[in-house]
Amino acid sequence: MNDRYYVSRHVQQRRTKIIVSVILLAGSIILLLPLWWMISTSLKSMDEIMQYPPTFYPHEVHWENYIEAWHTAPFTRYALNTLLICAFSVTGSVLSNSFVGYGFAKIHFRGRETFMSVVLATMIIPGFVTLIPQYVLFSKLGWINTYLPLIVPPFFGSAFFIFMFRQFYMTIPNELVEAAKIDGANHFYIWFWLMLPMVKPVLATVAIFSFNGAWNDLIGPLLYLNDEIKYTLQIGLQNFRGLVQTQWHYLMAASTLVLLPVLTIFFVFQRYFIEGMNLTAGMKS
Amino acid sequence: MNRKTSSIRQREEVQGYIFILPWLIGFVVFVLGPLLFSLYGSFTNYNVTSRMDFIGLDNYKRMFTGDPLFWISLYNTFYYVIFMVPLTTAGSILMAVLLNQRMPGTRVYRTIYYMPSVLSGVAVYMLWMQILSPETGLLNTLLRLIGIEGPAWLFDPAWTKPAIIIMKMWSVGGGMLLYLASMQGIPTQLYESADLDGANAWHKFRYITLPMITPVIFFDLVTSLIGGFQIFQEGYVMSQSGDGGPMNSLLFYNLHMWNKAFEVFDMGYAMAMAWILFVIVMIFTALNLKYSRNWVYYEGGDNR
Repeated sequence: MNDRYYVSRHVQQRRTKIIVSVILLAGSIILLLPLWWMISTSLKSMDEIMQYPPTFYPHEVHWENYIEAWHTAPFTRYALNTLLICAFSVTGSVLSNSFVGYGFAKIHFRGRETFMSVVLATMIIPGFVTLIPQYVLFSKLGWINTYLPLIVPPFFGSAFFIFMFRQFYMTIPNELVEAAKIDGANHFYIWFWLMLPMVKPVLATVAIFSFNGAWNDLIGPLLYLNDEIKYTLQIGLQNFRGLVQTQWHYLMAASTLVLLPVLTIFFVFQRYFIEGMNLTAGMKS
Repeated sequence: MNRKTSSIRQREEVQGYIFILPWLIGFVVFVLGPLLFSLYGSFTNYNVTSRMDFIGLDNYKRMFTGDPLFWISLYNTFYYVIFMVPLTTAGSILMAVLLNQRMPGTRVYRTIYYMPSVLSGVAVYMLWMQILSPETGLLNTLLRLIGIEGPAWLFDPAWTKPAIIIMKMWSVGGGMLLYLASMQGIPTQLYESADLDGANAWHKFRYITLPMITPVIFFDLVTSLIGGFQIFQEGYVMSQSGDGGPMNSLLFYNLHMWNKAFEVFDMGYAMAMAWILFVIVMIFTALNLKYSRNWVYYEGGDNR
């Protein structure tokens, strides 16, 4: 009796496992298909793309699509411009947010909690509410058609990253800071020499997130950059579509190239994405 | 002695303010200042170059009574939010439940499921424009295989928004990670004792998993509502030259605001629109907070 109970339970568990495996497998095929389709289309000839019934993989591989697409527009220049913006954005984000986050986590000062709630509250402000006045501000400063509106703001912190750093600093025992203070260190010394080496995972996470943010940013460059020579990959790609229309092989080749760095970073630094998510999870309360 | 401690405390205070100074400057210059400017600007006919006359509530009046596109863009945005938010929430919970089964290969699956959510920007929109392309696209090709003639998606006003929502569903993996982290924190004893009571999988999900992840559901709802109302790029990139698509069916609120502000430089009006959006977002966030007490379960009962 007892035995049969366990056996049937075992069988049932196995059945559940098989069903879940099948669903998981089907799900991942569905999720990977769009990427496969992008790469496969990027390698086809236009004739093969138009062919009916369509082919699920390129029967004739055209690597030259990539070279031709890349040279149809000044993509090399766009890529360099984008990398420059990314470099400033990453540096600014990492420095400012690790600094401010430390202040909120490890130093006692009047109004700290109030300021922290203001930091969090700013996250619900829709970007477009401040976008227009910011545009006005930057145009009065004469910053239009320069990279300044894109690379200066990251040096003044962002609510989400400050929160991530604060969460992580708070897991570091206060005794460490106190001990260093007794040894005569001030907070700047403690932040730079003691804390930064300890928060490397968050530094990496914030670096990756801000790189992705700057790499994928469309609104900023669209608003502030006028000269084609200053364009980034995102606007470049957007204009490229107007140029090649529905020559999907070129469009998909260029898109693949633009996505490639982000994909590479994702696969190499996967654990930092998950780290970031776990820190975000701390926000729910 | 006493004076010394108070001077130490003072030095501590000063250092604290120095540390938050970058944020404080950024907050005043890039957030608070702009907020006040746009609030005042919304009552003017500001156009960047020449004029900024106070015109009272004219912009708001014009919005509600004289601009049919305002209502269309509001409708499009609500349509998107109403479908996107529940679908992505349910989708990411389902994914997390599946991935939470202790099974070989879940690490690989987790990577695959999460990956689409890190991809964003114009390249992703291009990719989906190809997939949704009526003749040569992947989606209609697959539908044809099972004998369905798919719609024209981005070219058919009735199908543009569903197309965007399908695209969004591709990247629900971001939320999935949050749910998964929360599910892995649920004590296994809870499930074991439920097993002893003969509970089935659905009961365990309904009475253990679901209550335990309500804080994440709450967080997910708040953030995706705020994000959802701000949809812009999808409308801008995926309609021809940002014109809002066939019959304005992709003219989202922010796209309309963008066109007003940066195409015709009717900035006073655009700032008024921005504030209405802000108010809508605040109302939804407040409602969420208010009703969260009824359904969000916090361990330890400290309803913070």
